Amino acid sequence: MAPSRGSERSTGADMGENSIELDIRVPNQTRYLSLIGRIGEDLARELEKEGGRRETLARHLNTVLTEAMTNAIVHAHDGDPEKTVHISISMADDELCIRVFDQGQGFDLNAVSMPDFDRLEEHGRGIYIIRCLMDTVVYRRLREHNVLEMHKKLRRS
Amino acid sequence: MKIEVTETHGVTLLMLANDRLDAHNSDLVKGRLRDVFESGAKDVVVDLSEVRFIDSSGLGAMVSGFKNAVSHHGRLVLSGLQTQPRSMFDLTRLTRVFDIYENAEAALGSFAGQ
Repeated sequence: MAPSRGSERSTGADMGENSIELDIRVPNQTRYLSLIGRIGEDLARELEKEGGRRETLARHLNTVLTEAMTNAIVHAHDGDPEKTVHISISMADDELCIRVFDQGQGFDLNAVSMPDFDRLEEHGRGIYIIRCLMDTVVYRRLREHNVLEMHKKLRRS
Repeated sequence: MKIEVTETHGVTLLMLANDRLDAHNSDLVKGRLRDVFESGAKDVVVDLSEVRFIDSSGLGAMVSGFKNAVSHHGRLVLSGLQTQPRSMFDLTRLTRVFDIYENAEAALGSFAGQ
């Protein structure tokens, strides 16, 4: 049965049968990390593709969302609890895209180097972890906000 | 985050009783570890068997504890890593740094006869 197409379509984007788009706004507070991480896990479990890798994907999404959101809360927004973090997660046929928006000064993602594994530092692993778990990671500085945009191709089981 | 601290034969065991160790509670854990070393502990086991998820801030708290141990001429070891925490330690090469045991008993036992 074809899904009904009509008033339920809230965006102008052409959404396919298996597309999911989530747009979430939460206060700029680390207590919401676990909520967003859990949403990522649950979303991965909805996937028909990925098969046995679904649980791995669930852990990866939890990790990536947590790292990206922490980056916005702690670094871009300086922990200001009055601010808001906007996260969008979209899943089309074979591709997952996570965007985390911030209204901070922005930073140069290309200047973030690999961690030095021979030096035991407390910080500096977040972006590295995101890069390991996603296929592409870009940071764009736009006029009204910045966005950390992460893509991952989904595989057939 | 509930942290249970017990001492057995001079070894301090910190049991992190929470399913996540992330930027929300990592400072608390880091502070607690610092307190433990400042009040005289040298050898510490951090049991992560209840922690299902750790992020880079949580790893940072463990690194901070490890450095505290070194500066107090002691040792900090870990036990009970679940799947996600294990893969995070692997990904960031921290498995080269930390001694990791299957469970708290094995970790405590590693200090015997030192």
